[in-house]
Amino acid sequence: MAAVGTATIEQYNYDIVRKFSIMALFWAVIGMAMGVFIASQLAWPFLNMDPWFTFGRLRPIHTGGVIFGFGGCALFATSYYVVQRTCQTRLFADGLASFTFWGWQLIIVLAASSYVLGYSQGKEYAEMEWPIDLLITVVWVAYIAVFVGTVMKRKQPHIYVANWFYIVFLLAVALLHLGNGLAVPVSLTTMKSYPLFSGAQDAMIQWWYGHNAVGFFLTAAFLGMMYYYVPKQAGRPIYSYRLSIVHFWALSFMYMWAGPHHLHWTALPDWVSTMGATFSIMLLLPSWGGMINGIMTLSGAWDKLRTDPIMRFMIVALSFYGMSTFEGPMMSLKDVNALSHYTDWTVGHVHSGALGWVAMISFGALYHMIPRLWDTKLYSTKLVTVHFWLATIGILLYITAMWISGIMQGLMWRAFDDFGNLQYSFAETVAAMHPFYVMRALGGLVFVSGMLVMAYNCWMTISQGKAAEAGPAPVAA
Amino acid sequence: MEWLNWFKSFENTKPVAMIIFFTCFCMVLFYLYGSKKRGERLESYRDIPLMDDNQDVKGAK
Repeated sequence: MAAVGTATIEQYNYDIVRKFSIMALFWAVIGMAMGVFIASQLAWPFLNMDPWFTFGRLRPIHTGGVIFGFGGCALFATSYYVVQRTCQTRLFADGLASFTFWGWQLIIVLAASSYVLGYSQGKEYAEMEWPIDLLITVVWVAYIAVFVGTVMKRKQPHIYVANWFYIVFLLAVALLHLGNGLAVPVSLTTMKSYPLFSGAQDAMIQWWYGHNAVGFFLTAAFLGMMYYYVPKQAGRPIYSYRLSIVHFWALSFMYMWAGPHHLHWTALPDWVSTMGATFSIMLLLPSWGGMINGIMTLSGAWDKLRTDPIMRFMIVALSFYGMSTFEGPMMSLKDVNALSHYTDWTVGHVHSGALGWVAMISFGALYHMIPRLWDTKLYSTKLVTVHFWLATIGILLYITAMWISGIMQGLMWRAFDDFGNLQYSFAETVAAMHPFYVMRALGGLVFVSGMLVMAYNCWMTISQGKAAEAGPAPVAA
Repeated sequence: MEWLNWFKSFENTKPVAMIIFFTCFCMVLFYLYGSKKRGERLESYRDIPLMDDNQDVKGAK
């Protein structure tokens, strides 16, 4: 087997996958720890240190760290791994792939540094100012070239569905980044720029981007991950390949139109708002079709849920995917949105998707892939189980706190007394939310603890693989 | 070019868009489920991830 392993390593470019996997773990720890810190800042405001370390400046470091750092590196790693293995060919242009690695790390570091210094476009998930936006464009084009170049030189005639999901993610993110990044720099020697659009149009462009960042970066790409790693870990093919094709086309088409549901009851024309809600409701069908396809892959082998903690990560991820894609369409209904919008309910919804779906499926994929990359066994399966429970308890604490806090907040805002005056002041709603802010910080802390367990387990796995590769130590005479 | 004005009205374009998209959706469904032979061929692709099992490294087993 060792000889086969060596042949595999020569056939495929695993070096780039290893680098991105390590950085995914690194950014996960940094980004999630930053999340716990800013959650603590909301619970205990004295933690805000003016001007650099205030909530406003640190929050995009958390979101950028987990979405682009952890999520992005996990997607680079898994997409480069999956495309090579399902196309049965080596990655196209090793040098260009290496450029995407160093370029992407530079982007994350530059973005985080600029936020601390106070540079921001003020657009959620697109806070990077124009020089960083240009760098993202160059790296993204290189990424597309590497991925599509590999697909074009494939030895397997059919392009497996996971690669379709990765391709739509690559193209959609390019389109979104270019559309939402259109800005006029104040001068070529300053970081500051202003968006090309203004008013309701600017808001619409931003949420066309924002919702599709969720749709294509955090959903379609991770579905690509799911369509490869769930069958691999389960040791059985995906439940229905034809259903995966319906899932792909329906999801890709519908997500593009759902963005306006972020702007209900605003200056946006009512028909656009209605269209966003309509497409959001329709999205439930492909989303649940995909979830059922993934979960049913385990049909006939449900015992794996008891015996294999990596499989448990993946199936629970799919369950959270199903739950979030039910909650999302429900919150897009105008009447529900009137209560939920601007409250912590939205924060809870985002995190049930981000932690439950995105992080859990990534953990499963990384646990599956890392031992194979270093030609060894996982250091400890027990620690995977420990991580699973810490992650699950952390998520539940987090989203429960935000549901209660958010719904209470919405209800307090709309409460009137007998004279038609607002029953509660804004400060009273903040005071009422305080216990739940503490609970949220605690949930985050539990989740990060699990992440540290994973980092340790992977570190030991990699060390074990490196030691085996170096061979047994020479015996003294 | 007067006929182009017809497209300016949402009352016209919305049902047309719906017909186009719904037709496309039906065509996708017909392509996937309309022929048993084609269905079997498409379903055979689900084995692609498992084809490289013999190339997995020693730790994976």
